[in-house]
Amino acid sequence: MPSDAETRRWKLERGVSGDYIFKGVTVLFAFSILVILLLMIFEMVGESLPSMRKFGWGFIAGREWDAVQGIFGALPYIYGSVVSSILALLIATPLSVATAVFITELAPNKFGGTVAALVELLAAIPSVIYGLWGVLVMAPWLQKTVQPFLMDHLGFLPFFKGAPYGVSMLAAVFILVIMVLPIITSITKEVLLAVPQSQKEAAIALGATRWEMIRMAVLPYGRSGILGAVILGLGRAVGETMAVTMVIGNNPQISLSLLSPAYTMPSVIANEFAETTSTLHASALMEIGLILLVVTLIINALARLLLWSVTRERKGGSRG
Amino acid sequence: MFNTIRNGILALAVLATTALSGQASAETLINGAGATFPYPLYSKWFAEYAKVDPTVKFNYQSIGSGGGIKQITAQTVDFGASDKFLSDEELKAAPGKLLHIPTVMGAVVVTYNIPGVPKGLKLSSEDVADIFLGKITKWNDPKISNDNPGVKLPDKPIIVVHRSDGSGTTSIFTDYLSGVSAEWAQKVGKGASVKWPIGLGGKGNEGVAGQVKTTGYTIGYVELAYAFENKLPYASLKNKSGTFVEPTIKSTSAAAAAAAKNMPADYRISLVNQPGKDAYPIVGFTWLLIYEQQKDKTKGKKMVEFLNWELKKGQKMASAILYAPLPENVAKMVEKTIKSIKY
Repeated sequence: MPSDAETRRWKLERGVSGDYIFKGVTVLFAFSILVILLLMIFEMVGESLPSMRKFGWGFIAGREWDAVQGIFGALPYIYGSVVSSILALLIATPLSVATAVFITELAPNKFGGTVAALVELLAAIPSVIYGLWGVLVMAPWLQKTVQPFLMDHLGFLPFFKGAPYGVSMLAAVFILVIMVLPIITSITKEVLLAVPQSQKEAAIALGATRWEMIRMAVLPYGRSGILGAVILGLGRAVGETMAVTMVIGNNPQISLSLLSPAYTMPSVIANEFAETTSTLHASALMEIGLILLVVTLIINALARLLLWSVTRERKGGSRG
Repeated sequence: MFNTIRNGILALAVLATTALSGQASAETLINGAGATFPYPLYSKWFAEYAKVDPTVKFNYQSIGSGGGIKQITAQTVDFGASDKFLSDEELKAAPGKLLHIPTVMGAVVVTYNIPGVPKGLKLSSEDVADIFLGKITKWNDPKISNDNPGVKLPDKPIIVVHRSDGSGTTSIFTDYLSGVSAEWAQKVGKGASVKWPIGLGGKGNEGVAGQVKTTGYTIGYVELAYAFENKLPYASLKNKSGTFVEPTIKSTSAAAAAAAKNMPADYRISLVNQPGKDAYPIVGFTWLLIYEQQKDKTKGKKMVEFLNWELKKGQKMASAILYAPLPENVAKMVEKTIKSIKY
């Protein structure tokens, strides 16, 4: 039997020093991400100082954006980003969860696999392709069929008033739905596959129908995972630039109507940054970038809070 | 043993570096950055010029006029390129005297999509301004139909499409509108990105053209070359002398020829709304930006040689790829300006 001192030496020479190196490397990498984020914030705050000094908090509430006069306000862009992303998620989440449930629980094995592969293929299409398809195919279709239909039948609502242009908030929402769908679907699919067979069998044994089994045994088990998938989808929707820029109509206005053109934060940066006319203009765009970061952080924090409250309330419930 | 290997590797590395640097010194690399609009022409010029003088290599990055101005001011490139001329303040910000060398001209055309109305719509410049201001809202407005006898214009609202991204095209177009409409000059003004009173924003020439093509009763503006290549219908515009002029390479060059009389020595002139019967009204120069006093003797010499070639041989290649060459009287002036570059 080796003595204590020998064991220690052995550990020091072999395993433990290796562990230390491994730990050091992972800590370094983990913190480097934090450092990059902090540097980004630092740099962006520095660059947006001229605009912050000139407009103060009024920048967030301002509705005017005039590069010639040097007046900048971000509200229409914040509105466009938040509304388009949230609406897209409201439509995409049920669609994605239903697709995932179909793939994992209902579809015959091979067919489910094919559907899953096709959905994942959607995620691999570059966003500029979605944008081109959106502006050349979807927007004219919206203009000729969907929007006139909405105006005729739901025109009494403020959401469907105005002229059918094709490119609009509605077009941006549709494009975003298609783009976040594969992300939410494939993660939800993995989450649902992780539900233990015994859990499902128990539900069936208790006399549950297939729908009841999914509703009571499968979905509650995967709830936090599904929420995580939705958060990732939201991240993609808020940050999406190219495809949205091409179909949203790029008009900085706040309108309840989904048929009128709008503008988002990433779009205005992509559109105007390369040809800024003054330091103030560039600085205002930087501040938009900062606001975009903050909005993303807020949305993420809210989602985490939701996640936390959901998992806490289920403690000792069906999962245990 | 290890030492011999290490020495061997060192020797190889030294050899490799000398070989590389030896190659680099035989070739002069001239860096430039700026406007995207003349990029297709410039890259053709640089490729052709490589055959004339294989010892010089041009590297041009089309990052936009704003970026070109920033980089030449910071002296991170040997030449800049821009679709707009520098303001007095911008010139003062540069560490040395910057020369504007006009290379070619571009034009902006008004394109439209009116089902049932083919190409050849005639518009007076005041009407174009009023349409983009949102004051003329229907295609059958008497102001438009009076200029187009015999054309049946529909009773439909006009949908305006403009560029959403900052661009030299917008800069020239809004400069033109400011010139023909006092209301435009006061309400909107001119610039690479402006606050549009109405309309939809499309990203790039392709974004505007895409929306105009797929949506009926629209009007927009794109670069002449883009409109020609994609066979978009375009309007003839009434110029300062009261004639309707079709946008062509010839009518574009005519605008610069008409301006030659009042051409300032530094070429900082807007070419919109020039007098002259044949002059198309929405025209602009694109310039190279070069320091009068070159720091590097070899680079300066090579640059001047290229500029002289561009002015004689290069100009002839321009119209084939839809850029308007400099008219003769302007080219003669530019030749003198190139002589003033010191190295």
